[in-house]
Amino acid sequence: MAGPTVKVGQVGDPERFTPLWAAYYRFGPPRWEPWLRRSGAGRKLVIGIPLVWLCLFFLAPFFIDFKISFSETRLAMPPYAPLLEWGPDHALSFHLHLANYRFLLSDALYVSSYLYSLKVALISTLLCLLLGYPMAYGIARATPTARNLMLMLVILPFWTSFLLRVYAWMGLLRNNGIINSLLLWLGVIDQPVQMMQTDFAVYVGIVYSYLPFMILPLYTNLEKHDPALLEAAADLGARPMRAFLRVTLPLSFPGIAAGSLLVFIPVIGEYVIPSLLGRPDQLMIGRVLSDEFFSNRDWPVASAVAIAMLALLVVPIVLLQRVQARREEA
Amino acid sequence: MEGSVRPGDPSGSEVAPPPYVRVESVVKRFGDFTAVNGVSLDIQKGEVFCLLGGSGCGKTTLLRMLAGFESPTSGRILIDGQDMAGIPPYERPVNMMFQSYALFPHMTVSGNVSFGLEQEGLSKAEIRDRVDEILGIVHMQEFLHRKPHQLSGGQRQRVALARALVKRPKLLLLDEPLGALDRKLRERTQFELLGIQERLGVTFVVVTHDQEEAMTLATRIGVMNRGEIVQTGTPRQIYEYPATRFVADFIGSVNLFEGQLVEDEADHVRVRCPELPVPVYVDHGVSAAPDGPLWVAIRPEKMLLTHEAPASGDNWARGSIKDIAYMGDISIFVVVLAGGREVRVTQTNIARSVGESFSWGEEVYLVWDASSPVVGAG
Repeated sequence: MAGPTVKVGQVGDPERFTPLWAAYYRFGPPRWEPWLRRSGAGRKLVIGIPLVWLCLFFLAPFFIDFKISFSETRLAMPPYAPLLEWGPDHALSFHLHLANYRFLLSDALYVSSYLYSLKVALISTLLCLLLGYPMAYGIARATPTARNLMLMLVILPFWTSFLLRVYAWMGLLRNNGIINSLLLWLGVIDQPVQMMQTDFAVYVGIVYSYLPFMILPLYTNLEKHDPALLEAAADLGARPMRAFLRVTLPLSFPGIAAGSLLVFIPVIGEYVIPSLLGRPDQLMIGRVLSDEFFSNRDWPVASAVAIAMLALLVVPIVLLQRVQARREEA
Repeated sequence: MEGSVRPGDPSGSEVAPPPYVRVESVVKRFGDFTAVNGVSLDIQKGEVFCLLGGSGCGKTTLLRMLAGFESPTSGRILIDGQDMAGIPPYERPVNMMFQSYALFPHMTVSGNVSFGLEQEGLSKAEIRDRVDEILGIVHMQEFLHRKPHQLSGGQRQRVALARALVKRPKLLLLDEPLGALDRKLRERTQFELLGIQERLGVTFVVVTHDQEEAMTLATRIGVMNRGEIVQTGTPRQIYEYPATRFVADFIGSVNLFEGQLVEDEADHVRVRCPELPVPVYVDHGVSAAPDGPLWVAIRPEKMLLTHEAPASGDNWARGSIKDIAYMGDISIFVVVLAGGREVRVTQTNIARSVGESFSWGEEVYLVWDASSPVVGAG
């Protein structure tokens, strides 16, 4: 065979190069990393996903709710009047209805429900803290094997349904329930003690259900403490109790704050536990909210209740953040 | 009174005072691991005693037992004549400077330093005076209101020292006091530390793995290995007359040769080492059994490099230069002997020409003085 032989596709044969290949050959594979670094696209993506999530499922519903809270009830579908309406004379009219909020303040039911919710949330948070702190401390100081076991035990209740666990408490606390039967059998009491439908039952249910939310952040904080700090305190003459109060306790403040918020916030709006275990004569705000919404079908008032509850929660959170920011500054 | 002066007594006082710290055959076991194995020690008032050893040798455990964080499995610890058994850390007349400094991160410098005094229940005014005084000594007055995370490593070290010293302890325990500092800062801090120690008359017990730190700080060093104290002595004694092969090898760098005793007199010994062409003549006696295998240790700086063949029948070797490291103040030479044995020699660069007169591959002679080698058994 005569004539030149052409090796097709051989690397180094410049005539076969498309411009893209030429660039690849010259510069190597594309390097995204410098671009990502410079543009901060990676960071934006990481922050962006939760941001979109919160906007879609928190901020948007909040605004809808906020809007409804300023409307009037109406027997229609949806059961409230729009804020913006084309009047009969084709004029756009804007109805800002503040009566829902005024109603909340004027009706004793709402005020007392709010106060009761606040009281229950405060006391339960305190009880959780008093119970959870020693537990978290114990877990943090235990040997690694024991620590894993204890953490497992803290998390284990989550494996059964929350509702089921509250029902179980009903079985325990009822007049003919396990606790009363046992006490009667032992002869400690001769009449069943009324525990169901009392504040006591509410606290038992709430503290039982929310204790892990207090223990876990406290544990994460306490576990990080340098044991040398306590040794240093002892070395400087502080007895164990003093060392705890001056060193461990102040250093665990962020854990206390996180745990308290994780308990306080959901307890304010708690619906299931007070409904099943609590007093029929004193409602918590979560129950009021659900009644307004489902029984009365008064969406605007229900929305107003929800917005007011949110306001009630925002105040302590902002206060706490202030305190924490000041501590960090100092 | 002159006759009763003990030559080894570092304090140089007329009568040997009772030891300020006495450790009596202390053993500490963790499970089946023996961290400290029968240590006995006497430390005099005003001494700077260094516990020197590698990691896991038990030095930190011993220190923690002095502080009261651990209690001995057996044995006794006496401080100022008082048995420390069962006395918790917060009641001991001892303060400790932690390796990590263990400053309270949520307190300011003044909060950290005054913490110990507050435990004593002193008045506010007195606490302020004493905190001011001690912070003056460590040059940290301007940083009174800073928090630990706003300080540099060296500043934290000073605060940790001030916090321990403000309690006016009779005994200060220091765990790797200079470990976290960079080289320049270490040298400066070392001398400052000694200045403060002398000024306040505190007894120091220092734990370190760094022999340089031990050498400069200590009046006496206790070298530890595997939970036991292998040798105690002044830095000079430890360096020049290592009692065991471990000490010789651990402190500084050394050339160790195996050998057999060929001549054993009261004032000198002669040892034949298979790796050396001529015997080693040592002008001091050897205390060990003469017929067993011996080791001979010669420090790199005690050997001299020369081009001229020595006239003597002992104490030299011949080899070729394999490596030269120019360090500025000194040069390190690695010389390969005929048998393949590598020997380390250092020469001080007293003149610019010293380092330049030897080059790679050159045949040289190594010569040393009869007083230089150290001989031991085992």
